[in-house]
Amino acid sequence: MQTHKAKRVAIIIEQVMQSRLTDAMERAGVTGWTVLPVLGGSGDSGTWSREGQVSRGTGMVQVLCVIKPERLDGLLDAAFAVVERHIGIVTVSDCEVLRAERF
Amino acid sequence: MDQILSLAATNLLSPIILSFALGVAASLARSDLNIPEAVAKGMSIYLLFAIGFKGGVSVADHGIDGTLAASLLAGIVLSAALPIVAFGLLQVMGNLSRLDAAAVAAHYGSISIVTFVAATSVLNSSGIASEGYMVAVAAAMEAPAILSALWLISRGGDSRRMDPELLREIMLNGSIVLLVGSFFIGWITGTEGLAKIEAFIVSPFQGVLCLFLLDMGLVAGRGLRGGSGVLKPGVLTFGVVMPLVGATFGCIAGLLLGVSTGGVALFMVLSASASYIAVPAAMRVALPEANPSIYLTLSLGVTFPFNLTLGIPIYIAVASALTGG
Repeated sequence: MQTHKAKRVAIIIEQVMQSRLTDAMERAGVTGWTVLPVLGGSGDSGTWSREGQVSRGTGMVQVLCVIKPERLDGLLDAAFAVVERHIGIVTVSDCEVLRAERF
Repeated sequence: MDQILSLAATNLLSPIILSFALGVAASLARSDLNIPEAVAKGMSIYLLFAIGFKGGVSVADHGIDGTLAASLLAGIVLSAALPIVAFGLLQVMGNLSRLDAAAVAAHYGSISIVTFVAATSVLNSSGIASEGYMVAVAAAMEAPAILSALWLISRGGDSRRMDPELLREIMLNGSIVLLVGSFFIGWITGTEGLAKIEAFIVSPFQGVLCLFLLDMGLVAGRGLRGGSGVLKPGVLTFGVVMPLVGATFGCIAGLLLGVSTGGVALFMVLSASASYIAVPAAMRVALPEANPSIYLTLSLGVTFPFNLTLGIPIYIAVASALTGG
């Protein structure tokens, strides 16, 4: 089956920053993404778990999107402006998609 | 004095405070006891709606007296001023960075609505009346502290502006919308409205509050366990001293306003409590460099348990003694 090259961007960020990030992505012309809950983890800021959190300020989410390679720089510039000062991880990987017109 | 100690002991042995203590103990003992997230969320929605509604009904019953506006204003002033006091205390006691101190200070100007709900419940079961509009005072005290913290930071040459999106999120956070909204529903529908939903909103309240505080005890215990290594002795002491300082300011405000014994006690509770829902979220947006382990452990792991177990009985006893209630 014919596949097409694309970029998969995964951004793990604090829940409170989610709408700011997706707004910035929209302004950069990215209209498709998926938000996943993050159950817990460990990093520079220590170990944390979603279990028993009472504040919206302490949760994390992962925002995933798949885009055409030529749109990557615009997305990363927009995303980095939001996540720069915050806890989080931005990763970019190569992937292939079946329906290129959707990205 | 005997009467004050007796009242304090009675409050300390109430089911809600013992439920909270059970949660803390279970968590510290690493029990697998756990309240599902959705159940805890549902209980908090129920409690906020019930307390807001009953506050509104109380205002509808007794009418508004001249102290309502003054109480709201006092709440706003306290919320804005207490972070400055807390910041000053932290400079002396805490040895924290300016950012961390300002973030902690913001928590101590804002309020813990769960502490407020628990105190209201203890007052009701002790037969001590309070003004129904204290619910509105609680809502008014959520946000000004955040602005004060940002001002404290800007005085150090680090300009942080309150972005409009953050202000909207704070003013319209779910707890405030539910509390104020149900307050107005209660006010509009009055005793007649309460009669229609009484079986749901009055009788189960204490039981739900017990379960909710059991969960909060588990959360506080986890916070204590996880954050025990984060806090230095000075900061830890601040977590117990600041509520007493805040309560003193709240007590003076309540006495100056001439509110009831319960009103003075609630002013003390609101001024003594520290936020762990709205302010941590705001701090993550506005001051992401501040260490959340410090302010969350302090407000949720130290001040919240202190207020629930010892603070509320002390504040009620002091308010009773000073107002002769």
